[in-house]
Amino acid sequence: MKLTVAHLKRGQRGIIKEFSVDNVPLKLLEMGCLPGNQVELVQTAPFRDPMYLNINGSHLAIRKETALLIEIELI
Amino acid sequence: MGKQINVALIGNPNTGKTSVFNQLTGLNQQVGNYPGITVEKKEGICKLPRGLKAHILDLPGTYSLNASSLDENVVIELLLNKNDKDFPDVAVVVSDVENLKRNLLLFTQIKDLEIPTILVINMADRMKRKGITLDIDVLEEKLNTKIALVSARKNTGIDELKELILNYKNLSTEPCLHASIMDPEYFGRLRKAFPNQSLYKLWLVITQDVNFGNVNRHALNSTTNFHTKSTGDLKRLQQKETILRYQFINGLLKEGLSIDLNSATDLRIRFDRILTHRVWGYLIFFFILLIIFQAIYNWSSYPMDFIDSTFASLSEWAKNVMPVGPFTNLISEGIIPGLGGIVIFIPQIAFLFLFISILEESGYMSRVVFLMDRIMRRFGLSGKSVVPLVSGTACAIPAVMAARNIENWKERLITILVIPFTTCSARLPVYLIIIALVIPDETYFGLNLQGLTLMLLYLIGFGTAIFSAWILNQVLKIKSKSYFVIEMPNYKVPLVKNVAINVIEKTKSFVFGAGKIILAISIILWVLASYGPGENFSNAEEIVSAQHTQTVNSETGLEQEIAAYKLKHSYIGIIGRGIEPVVTPLGYDWKIGIAIVSSFAAREVFVGTLATIYSVGNDEEETIKNRMAAEVNPVLGGPLFTFASGVSLLLFYAFALQCMSTLAIVKKETNTWKWPILQLVIMSGFAYVVALIAFQVLK
Repeated sequence: MKLTVAHLKRGQRGIIKEFSVDNVPLKLLEMGCLPGNQVELVQTAPFRDPMYLNINGSHLAIRKETALLIEIELI
Repeated sequence: MGKQINVALIGNPNTGKTSVFNQLTGLNQQVGNYPGITVEKKEGICKLPRGLKAHILDLPGTYSLNASSLDENVVIELLLNKNDKDFPDVAVVVSDVENLKRNLLLFTQIKDLEIPTILVINMADRMKRKGITLDIDVLEEKLNTKIALVSARKNTGIDELKELILNYKNLSTEPCLHASIMDPEYFGRLRKAFPNQSLYKLWLVITQDVNFGNVNRHALNSTTNFHTKSTGDLKRLQQKETILRYQFINGLLKEGLSIDLNSATDLRIRFDRILTHRVWGYLIFFFILLIIFQAIYNWSSYPMDFIDSTFASLSEWAKNVMPVGPFTNLISEGIIPGLGGIVIFIPQIAFLFLFISILEESGYMSRVVFLMDRIMRRFGLSGKSVVPLVSGTACAIPAVMAARNIENWKERLITILVIPFTTCSARLPVYLIIIALVIPDETYFGLNLQGLTLMLLYLIGFGTAIFSAWILNQVLKIKSKSYFVIEMPNYKVPLVKNVAINVIEKTKSFVFGAGKIILAISIILWVLASYGPGENFSNAEEIVSAQHTQTVNSETGLEQEIAAYKLKHSYIGIIGRGIEPVVTPLGYDWKIGIAIVSSFAAREVFVGTLATIYSVGNDEEETIKNRMAAEVNPVLGGPLFTFASGVSLLLFYAFALQCMSTLAIVKKETNTWKWPILQLVIMSGFAYVVALIAFQVLK
């Protein structure tokens, strides 16, 4: 199974793997969600959706469906 | 006077760009914390040293030049159109010292357009607390720019910025990073095809779907000199561009910025642990809403009563002091009650905007979006619909505009369509006066019945909005790719000045904007009520006297009879009785009918209209409320405002779309008359049916 941002536990961190722009919106990239960057799950709303992330110092919230598109490696 | 320097203020949302704007221009605007607050075009004049002036344009906040919303389009369209009168001589990019990395992305893009650019690093006052140190010389050299270290909050660095703007001609227009390096071969061909254009500008024209004025996109695409790329290829190149820019920025900040984490303190985590908690978060949000509504209902009732009675005695005073005649009547019966109907709004609107702007300023609104997204999505809305829906309790017009920052078109459209169901402040005076008339002022278990009714009406409004969103979500077949990204800004203590300015500006624009309509309608109504056609009106005195030769018991009684007879045969009486058959089944008389019809200009006209109609020919009762309570139902006898007719009227106002301005703004935002007309017909039809049922069941 692919490990994605959606699988992070609260406080857990990962490194974003290469992804295809066909899936991930450009805007997310522009807000700092880039391959090689560190991502930490800060908080989730009920049903783990949306997810509040700290990506390399940028604090964002994205929906679970988007989080499922971003593959990571745990650290 | 010399030529003004055109300055464009550009920056990511939440960088304090609007604060910088306020400091530069001294014009009083507001700062917000959720994206989309600076959607309107804001401009001002800034006085520079040596008697020069700059024209400052505050552009909407944007994360990059790759537009994904209407607001962001505004920025690109301006920056790519040299013929625009606002085209900047110098671009000022505002960044936040804590989010420099992300903010610099936009900066490098703007530099690539070869426009003279200044970098403002704002919130410098937070550097110490965050343990941040900057090497300005390194940054200036690598970015080919001049940097102003500014704290808009503490008002430092603004003079340095003005000095830089003044000397904009010395700024380098050389890009700090050429986008063309991402695909030299492709850009080489582009260069050959269009030797006179900026390469990055061409690139933006190719990749963006916006209107660029003088640059013709189709001509560009149909040029055969170079092969156009597929959409997928272009997207991959955009991704590559973003990654390249970030690589450049990372390298730069390694040299130019250092953070000492030991001295950094962050309240964000501690606050978010509670405010976005899956239980506490919702409880706190609910509690905050409760406080807001309590404040609006309870605190504002005192100034409102005061305003009501003041205008009543003012009207009385004018009548006694001024010479008898039609002009005095126009003042005392038309203009003063009409004005009273406007002024009475001020306390509630001020309270509401006070709370909304505190929530925005502090950064809390973004947390609400985060908490509510999942729930709202179930109804075809987005977490970002919460802000428009909450603003809708102030006024639907800014609320519809606030829906702009919802990226998904379907979610945005549904939000716009259901906003008018939320209880806007214009409904409040209608509710308050009807509730005061028909709901007993009694307290059970410490809860006031009138207050509960008001709360219930708000819940009905909100519930209907949500429910119709759910229906629209099932009915509308719009495919739009959805994604949702929201920045969670750091918490800030709201600036008193910003909040105060916001409250004053919003209240002022509401009162004067709506006030003009209300006043005009009041005067028209007074004229229509004071004059009438034919003998019935002009000979009213003789006719009534003849009818009552025996039964007259007092002179005032006769006068009242005459006045009532006159009103009945005035122009407004004739119109009113024409529509009476339509409103009688709802339990209203023709006077309420007139008030409802004039409400279609704007709801708040209702109270003013009744005040005007009832004050014509009624000198006995001073306040609007007492006059209304004295009215008799023409069909059933007994008081006109009973529980049944009151509830019917409340429900009619809860559901009907009676606001021309809302229709106009919905037309503007959806770019078609289809949606506003549908809203008008469905909402008002529904309102009529519900009011009819309510009256027939309760009477």
